[in-house]
Amino acid sequence: MARQIYQAIVDGILVGGVYALMAVGLTLIFGVLDIINIAQGVLVILGAYLSYTLSVRIHLDLFLGLLITVPAMFVIGVVIQWAFIRRLRGRERTSMTLLVTYAVALIIEGILYEIYGPNPKQLNASYVQSSVHVFGFYLSYIYLYGFALALVLVAAIYALLYRTGFGRSVRATMQHETAARLIGIDVNRVAALTFGVGVAVTAAGGMMFGATNSFNPNSGYDLISRLLAIVILGGLGSIGGALVASVFMLTLESLVTIWSPEWAIVVFYAALVVVLVIRPTGFFGRQPVRAQ
Amino acid sequence: MTVLLRTEGVRKAYGGVHALDTCTVEVEEGSVAGLIGPNGSGKTTLFNVITGYAKADAGHVYLADRKITNLSPDKVFALGIGRTFQLTRIFASLTVLENMLVASPNGRAAARRRAMEQLDFVGIAGHHAELAGTLSYGQRKLLELAYVLVADPAVVLLDEPAGGVNLSLVNHIADRIRELNAAGKTFLIVEHNMEFVMGLCDRVTVLDSGTVVASGPPGIIRTDRRVLDAYLGEDLGPEKPAEDE
Amino acid sequence: MSAVTGSMSRQRAATGLALIVLAVAAIAFPLVFGSPVVTNYAIYALIFVAVVTAWNMFSGFSGYISLGQAVFFGSGAYAVGIAAKAWHINGVAVFALLPLAAAVGAVIAVPFGLIALRVRRHTFIVITIAVFFIFQLMAFNFSFTGGSVGVSAPFLPWSPTTFNDRFYYITLACAVVAIVMAVLVRRSRFGLQLRAIRDDEDRARGLGVRTMRVKLVAFVLSATVAGLVGGVWFLYLTQVQPQSGFDPLFDLSLVLMAFLGGLGTISGPIIGALIIEPGQLYLTIRYTNGYLSEILLGALFLLIVIFVPRGIVPTAGEWLRRLRTRGRPAVAPVQTSPRAETRA
Repeated sequence: MARQIYQAIVDGILVGGVYALMAVGLTLIFGVLDIINIAQGVLVILGAYLSYTLSVRIHLDLFLGLLITVPAMFVIGVVIQWAFIRRLRGRERTSMTLLVTYAVALIIEGILYEIYGPNPKQLNASYVQSSVHVFGFYLSYIYLYGFALALVLVAAIYALLYRTGFGRSVRATMQHETAARLIGIDVNRVAALTFGVGVAVTAAGGMMFGATNSFNPNSGYDLISRLLAIVILGGLGSIGGALVASVFMLTLESLVTIWSPEWAIVVFYAALVVVLVIRPTGFFGRQPVRAQ
Repeated sequence: MTVLLRTEGVRKAYGGVHALDTCTVEVEEGSVAGLIGPNGSGKTTLFNVITGYAKADAGHVYLADRKITNLSPDKVFALGIGRTFQLTRIFASLTVLENMLVASPNGRAAARRRAMEQLDFVGIAGHHAELAGTLSYGQRKLLELAYVLVADPAVVLLDEPAGGVNLSLVNHIADRIRELNAAGKTFLIVEHNMEFVMGLCDRVTVLDSGTVVASGPPGIIRTDRRVLDAYLGEDLGPEKPAEDE
Repeated sequence: MSAVTGSMSRQRAATGLALIVLAVAAIAFPLVFGSPVVTNYAIYALIFVAVVTAWNMFSGFSGYISLGQAVFFGSGAYAVGIAAKAWHINGVAVFALLPLAAAVGAVIAVPFGLIALRVRRHTFIVITIAVFFIFQLMAFNFSFTGGSVGVSAPFLPWSPTTFNDRFYYITLACAVVAIVMAVLVRRSRFGLQLRAIRDDEDRARGLGVRTMRVKLVAFVLSATVAGLVGGVWFLYLTQVQPQSGFDPLFDLSLVLMAFLGGLGTISGPIIGALIIEPGQLYLTIRYTNGYLSEILLGALFLLIVIFVPRGIVPTAGEWLRRLRTRGRPAVAPVQTSPRAETRA
C-alpha cells in the first residue's frame, strides 16, 4: 500500500511536469495579454497531431520533431493573436477574448476531425513503453525525458524573461501596459510574440501528451479544463505558480486514482473550487482579492 | 471649532514607495480645507485611505470621535463621507439620472425628485436622460459632484474638482461649493489650481512626499518657503489630468 | 419640449402595436404552420429564447459571463426524470414536476453563486466551466443518474402534431415568463444596480450597493428559469444523457446568441436566438457528423466579433440614430445655468 502511494506520488510529479509545460504557456499569455486562451487545450492536441504526422510520415524522432513543430506552433500563435485577438478592445475585452479563443478552438477541433478523423492516436517511440527501475520504483523513460524537457523549457522561458531585452519589454508590459507604451515599447509586437511563445511551448507539451496518452480531437476539452484549473490555482500570470500547481494537482489526482479512477477527475475540479473559496487569487496570484 | 475629520500618523507604502509617511491632517467642521502638493506627494492616496479604497499600514483616521481606519468604502460612505475621483468614475452605460439613482437610498418617487434637484443644482438637469458615457469631461465632473451629494454627506472629499475644465465652469463649481458650505457641509479639496484653492479654502495643508510640510490660512501658505521648496519652483498653474482609460 | 414628448408617445404606441402583432403571430403560429417538423424548430428556438433571456438577465446586465448555464438546465432535466421514476409519475401528471426543476436550479445556484461571485471576472468564467464539468462527470458517474445511458421520460399519449403543438405553447409560455422577468428586472432599481456593477463594481460598492446580494439574486433568478426550461426540454425530448444535458456547446451557443443580438439588451438575445438556433438545428439534422457545425459556430462567432462587436440591436440602434440626426444639430440642452456648459 505504501509502495502504491509512493509510486503514485512519483507518477504525479512526473506527469505534473508535462502539464506544467502546457500550463506555463497559458499563464504567460494571461500575464502579458490579460486574456485566457481557451484554445490552449486544442493547440496542445494540434501539436500532438503535428508530431504524429512527422513521426508517421517521415519517421522523425519525437524530440527531434520538436525542432519543426515548436517554430510552427509559434507562427500559428502569432497569426491567431494578430488576426483575431489584437482588434479586441474596450470594456468587454476579457470576456470577448475568452469567447474568441473558444471559437478558434472549435474551428481547430473541427479541422482536426476532418483531417484525422475521430479515432484515437498515440505517439510511439522505442522509449515510450520502457521504464527504468530505480529504488524499487518504475520511472518510465518518456516521463523522465518529458520532465527534463519541461525543466529545460521553463528555464529557457525564465532566461528569456529575465535575461533578454525582449523579456524586459514583456515584463514591463505585464506590469503596466500604458507605461510600457509610453517608454517606447511596441506593445502590439510584444503581445503577438508572447502569444507565439505561449503557443510554441504547447508544441512540446503536445508531443509529451501525445506520447503518454491516446488522443483525438475531442481531448482538448478535458485538457483545457485541467489547464485552467491549474493556472488559476497557481495564480494567473505566475509561472512558478503554474509549475507548483501542476505538480500538486496531478499528484493529488494520482493519489485519488488509487481508490477510485472515476472520481479522481472530480477531485481535480473540486480542489480548484475549495482553494478559490479560501484564497481567491490562487497560490501565488497577485491580483486584488475583491471581485472586479 | 471642532475637528470633524482627522488623520493621525498615517503610513502607506506601495512596495518600496512610501506614499504616505506619518501623515497628520485635520479638517475643522464646517470649513473648506484645501490639500495641495506636487505630483506624487500622496494626496490621492490619503483620500483613498480615508475613504477605505486603500488600507493604511499604520496610523488612524477619525470622523469626529469615531475611529474609521480601514473600514470598507461602503461603510465610510454610510457614515457620511462622500468623495469624487480625479479620473471621473461614472457609470457610462446608465443615463445621468440613473447614475444618481444608484447611490440614493430611498424609494422611487422621492429618489427621483431628489436626484433631479441635485442635477439641477450642479447644472446638468437637462441631460438627465442621456447616457453618462456621452457627457463631456466637464459635465462628468458635475455629475460626480451631484451624486456624491445625493446621500447628503456631512464631509465631502473632492479630488481635483477643477482639473481640466474651463474658467466659467471652475467658477460655477466654486460657487456651488460655497453654497453647500454655507449650508453646513465640510469640504476637503485636493487641487492644483492655486487660484481656486486660495480663493475658496479657509485653511490649506501642503503635502510633500507623504508628509505635511505646512498648514495654515491661504495667504500665509502662499509665501511659505517650505511650500515653495516643495514645488521646486514649478509653475503653479491649473493642471490637466493624465490620459488613461 | 412638446415635440419630444410627442415623438416619445408615438414611439410607445408603435412599440405597443408591434407587441400585439407579435403576440398574435406567436399564438397563431402552430395553427398556420401545423407540420411537426416546423413546430420542432419553433420549440427549440423558444427554448433558447427563454434560456438566453434568463442568462442575459444575469450575465448581460452584470458583465459576469457565465459558461455554466447548462448546469441548471441539465439539472432541471435530470430532476424531472429522476423524480418521475422515483415517485412513479406517469402521463400528464409529469408536468407537475416542472416547479421542482425550477427549484433545483435555484437551490444549486445559491452555493454556486456564493463561491463563484467572490472572484474576478476571468476567474468567474473559469469557475463556471469547472462546475459545469463537475456536473457532467457526476451525471456520468452516479448510478441514480443512469450513467452514460441517462434517464428517459414517461410516455405521453399524444399524437405527434398534438405533442408538438402543446409543447409549443408550453415553451412559448416559458419564453414569455423569462422575457417579462427580464423586463421587470431591467426597469427596477435592482436592475440598475446590476448594470452599475457592470460599469464599475468598486464604485458601486463604494456608493452603498450590496453587490454580492444583487449579483446572487440575479444569478439565482437566471438559474431558476434555466432549470424550468431544462425540465420542459427533457419532457419534449423524452430523454437526457450526460452529454446532452450538460453540453459545452450549449453554453457557447448561448453566449453567441446574446453577443450577436447585443449583450445587455432585452431584444438582442431574443433576436440572436431566433437567428442562430434554427440554423444550428438545421445543420445538426442535415449533417449528422457534428464537426461542420462546430467549425461554423466558431467561424460565425469570429465574424460577429470582427464586424458587429456590440451586437445587432445596439449597432442597428446606432445606425438609426445616425440616420435620424443627420444634418440636424444635436439636441439643445434645456439648461438652468447655460454658462456652466462645457463641450470638451
